[in-house]
Amino acid sequence: MSDEIEMEEGGGVVKKFMFLNRKAPYGTIYALEGLEVVLISAAFEQDVCMAFVDDGVYQLMKDVDTSGIEMKNFSKTYRALEGYDIEKLYVERESMELRGLTEDDFIVDVTVLSSAELAALMAEQDVVISH
Amino acid sequence: MKFAILVNEGPYTHQASDSAYQFAKAALAKGHELFRVFFYHDGVNNASRLTVPPQDDRHIVNRWSALAQEHGIDLVVCIAAAQRRGMLDENEMKRQGKDANNIAPGFRISGLGQLVEAGIQADRLVTFGD
Amino acid sequence: MLHIVNKSPTERNSLDSCLRLATDGSAVLLIEDAVYAATRGNPGSTKLQAAMGRLKFYALEPDLKARGVAARVMDGVTLVDYGGFVDLVAEHRNCQSWL
Repeated sequence: MSDEIEMEEGGGVVKKFMFLNRKAPYGTIYALEGLEVVLISAAFEQDVCMAFVDDGVYQLMKDVDTSGIEMKNFSKTYRALEGYDIEKLYVERESMELRGLTEDDFIVDVTVLSSAELAALMAEQDVVISH
Repeated sequence: MKFAILVNEGPYTHQASDSAYQFAKAALAKGHELFRVFFYHDGVNNASRLTVPPQDDRHIVNRWSALAQEHGIDLVVCIAAAQRRGMLDENEMKRQGKDANNIAPGFRISGLGQLVEAGIQADRLVTFGD
Repeated sequence: MLHIVNKSPTERNSLDSCLRLATDGSAVLLIEDAVYAATRGNPGSTKLQAAMGRLKFYALEPDLKARGVAARVMDGVTLVDYGGFVDLVAEHRNCQSWL
């Protein structure tokens, strides 16, 4: 495995990290704290992507208004990811369609992948951190 | 081989911390290196020095502390997750103007970067959670 | 890749998601409440049976014993202890926990 890992110009290791999100936001803290790890990872210059599967696709909904539950609305953070050079956002088509959603429902541009495509992508990661 | 472990749930409610501990013990017994155990989400509660389980039950916190002492394992508690949940070490107690701290021996509070670093440095990162 | 599942298949969809997103030739280790999936008569066992041609299944024996279902394990599932769990992680180049 270590043979395949790239070295960045400074001689540091560049690994493929996938942050896999499977949980809906607000009902539990995993989406918010998961996002905090992703933002921190940007400082390490790794090859980072995020994947949204199962109820994780609900994290990307537009029109979020949390004022009635007194919780911080972190929807905009998904839009800010691009500024951290985290540009690879994948949504599993099967999860999206099962929930009656389309790409138009999301707050940010994503790449929609089939289960098979996402499975192949996951298999080639060095580190998968799932929330 | 160099392992790292991520623990995402607190003690007793979920089996996650128990499974992580058994995995850590087995990895060390096989001669592997344990680079770091990182505690995130409610997992930060594994570091509470004030934990008092019934005497006939396992002491999850002391068990982690003992592992750190015997094998020099780096037990890292996420600072942001810890502060949300009232987990403070002495430095944070002073910095936040609080009247107590509750971090058990062997644990240290640090940033989320330590988790990403563990993913980079270790050959394998294994997650335990709910 | 090693996939680690820890949820009962009759409570959560973790096993379904794992089976959907595990590439052929992957290994699936059932721990904690996921071990029920490997027991005869459980709806999870039917799903395991259907995937056995393409995935290799393991279950953590201490978790089976703790739940009183060690005698009910279906054919084709390999039992491991925590040391075996460590070996599985070491043998596969990456792992994913379906929490």
